[in-house]
Amino acid sequence: MADSYYDPKDLRKFPKITEWSEELGTKFFDYYGKVFEKGALSEREKSLIALAVSHVVKCPYCIDAYTQDGLQRGITKEEMMEAVHTGAAIESGATLVHATQMMKKYDKLSH
Amino acid sequence: MATKSLLARKKLMAKAEEQLKYLSNGIFKDELPTFRHQLEKIDDFPLKPKALEILQLNLGYMCNQVCEHCHVDAGPDRKEIMTKETMQQCLEVIKTTKAHTLDLTGGAPEMNPNFRWFVEEAAKLGVKDFIVRSNLTIIRANKKYFDLPEFFKKHNVHVVSSMPHWTKGKTDKQRGSGVFDKSIKALQDLNAISYGMPDSPLQLDLVYNPSGAFLPSNQEALEQDFKKALKEDFDIQFNSLFTITNLPISRYLDYLIASDNYEDYMYKLVDAYNPAAVKNVMCRNTLSISWDGWLYDCDFNQMLEMRVNSPVQHIKDYNEEQLQNRSICVSQHCYGCTAGAGSSCQGSVV
Ligand code: SF4
Ligand code: SF4
Repeated sequence: MADSYYDPKDLRKFPKITEWSEELGTKFFDYYGKVFEKGALSEREKSLIALAVSHVVKCPYCIDAYTQDGLQRGITKEEMMEAVHTGAAIESGATLVHATQMMKKYDKLSH
Repeated sequence: MATKSLLARKKLMAKAEEQLKYLSNGIFKDELPTFRHQLEKIDDFPLKPKALEILQLNLGYMCNQVCEHCHVDAGPDRKEIMTKETMQQCLEVIKTTKAHTLDLTGGAPEMNPNFRWFVEEAAKLGVKDFIVRSNLTIIRANKKYFDLPEFFKKHNVHVVSSMPHWTKGKTDKQRGSGVFDKSIKALQDLNAISYGMPDSPLQLDLVYNPSGAFLPSNQEALEQDFKKALKEDFDIQFNSLFTITNLPISRYLDYLIASDNYEDYMYKLVDAYNPAAVKNVMCRNTLSISWDGWLYDCDFNQMLEMRVNSPVQHIKDYNEEQLQNRSICVSQHCYGCTAGAGSSCQGSVV
């Protein structure tokens, strides 16, 4: 038994999810592959977005994968860190903007 | 960063046989398929040469740099240098070979005391594409090398130079502190005499190989990024960028093991194995000649001391027809040539 929920080696097994649901797994990987192809955005831009989102969803597999992807594309550590801050800013902004609800409720309930 | 070769540091991975042993055991015993197995699956074993196009001469392992990833284990402490006698033998071969490209490499080939003499003699023989792999910093290393750009121009040499990144930090980390600034100055010197400029016949190409345990990505995309950054930041131009995958041998293998990246890297290479790249691996159109005149399928096999599998093994007995019948020697390092779009001294191959 593994003594941790996450094992870096499990990332290699990701394609195996199709074994338990061929149709959905294949559709997902086709979609995934298509999304990361060069389109209106470059592959480089998409890689940085993926890195930021990986942090926001806190997926260690994705963080490993897109740090490496960024290195491969010549993305610098400064660019990577700015991307992560962008994700973090939106994430904390999303928390803080709810403060307006708190304020509204507070004002309504108090006099 | 180390300032001496693995050999001088008496490291285990300085020995070719230890490297080959490492590459044939461990994960390649039961987890991952061997390279030979992959070739058998596509009916390409034994691997055979196609028409010979490139003669690659290694003029010696001495170098002014000690790059972390160097597959030659080159450095200032290496004393292996091609003699004038061996160069003479090479010139005889160049006179009759069917190869159209002559490719001089090292170490820093310019540090061979007979380098200029050899280039002058070889240029007279009318080689179609005459490449010198110059590490750039050598041009700025010492006054005696300052005129190298002019010398290259005079003999219509095609300059191919390493440049791991367009930023100082990444370059110096892989190649040593100060390398970036010197390389930039050398590139500007080359541009000043029209190397790499649009419409100029003088070719200046750059070689990129990853500075770490990862694979290079798309060659065209990286070329665009390099071109944009070098032009904007330093007003530098060049012709093409070749991306090269680091092969798991010598200093790079030592680094992979020491940084606990070896298994992951080999998995990456095997996962990215592309059978279509086998068609164009460089050993199929290249012969590599070492500083002491032995013949190899490629510069990597030279470092692993895997001589050509042929009755002709030395430049003094050179016989092109006979060599063409040989079978190419392979091992797991060959996965580096067939990952993704493939990799060769001329960049990707697919
Ligand atoms: S990679 Fe090239 S420049 Fe660097 S040490 Fe090796 S031979 Fe010298
Ligand atoms: S390392 Fe590459 S070029 Fe050399 S023999 Fe193997 S496949 Fe061929």
